Amino acid sequence: MKLKKVIELLDAKKLNCSCDDEIEVCAACGSDLMSDVLAFVKDQAMLLTGLVNPQVIRTAEMMDMKAIVFVRGKTPGDEILTLSDDAGIAVLSTNDPLYVACGKLYAEGLR
Amino acid sequence: MSSFKVQYAIDGEDFSIAGEASRKLKKVLQNLGVDPQIIRKATVAMYEGEINMVIHADGGVIDIEITKDKIHMFLKDRGPGIPNIDLAMTEGYSTASENVRELGFGAGMGLPNMNKYTDYMNITTEVGVGTTIEMIVNITQ
Repeated sequence: MKLKKVIELLDAKKLNCSCDDEIEVCAACGSDLMSDVLAFVKDQAMLLTGLVNPQVIRTAEMMDMKAIVFVRGKTPGDEILTLSDDAGIAVLSTNDPLYVACGKLYAEGLR
Repeated sequence: MSSFKVQYAIDGEDFSIAGEASRKLKKVLQNLGVDPQIIRKATVAMYEGEINMVIHADGGVIDIEITKDKIHMFLKDRGPGIPNIDLAMTEGYSTASENVRELGFGAGMGLPNMNKYTDYMNITTEVGVGTTIEMIVNITQ
């Protein structure tokens, strides 16, 4: 699924410079527990989370994830956005809660 | 490539910078041209270890040797030690504080993940003295 489609489905805002509409995400993982995310082994994945701290970016970077969606309208600060741009990870924000955001993407075929 | 050695000092005082050493290792491995799947295994294992060192042991030192065959990691701390390794290796078991859990860690997956992503792992620990974890990720299968 293209990032453009994710943005459309979640009515999400782009938060950093790495948000390229053409980024392809092939899997998604929704969690506030970073160790659970680190146990998730899929390529070209996207993380959905309500947790906002630098470890979210580092976790996604270690897992070679392409994008992060912060749910419930959470917006990270400049430090986190800079870190994500350094890692080349797109960062989005949606007002949807985690369960709803995951459900919308799952229903459209993103597993 | 014969052998490449790096050492990282892990600051146990600041959780916000935990993981920086793992980021640096990832860049080193990318520059050495290591396969991305191997890089992911090694850096995730080290990242979990690095987080553990900050959460439980006030930091420590990580020594890494990279050869053409393997990535060899030694994580040493002078923390409280692990009283029961079998229990610590159980998925979901954690002694982390509520504060750490609020930061997204302490789910009891650290050591199991380290074991999962490495080809060899050995824990040497003594209560009140510290812990050394040796991990190997093979580059050539």
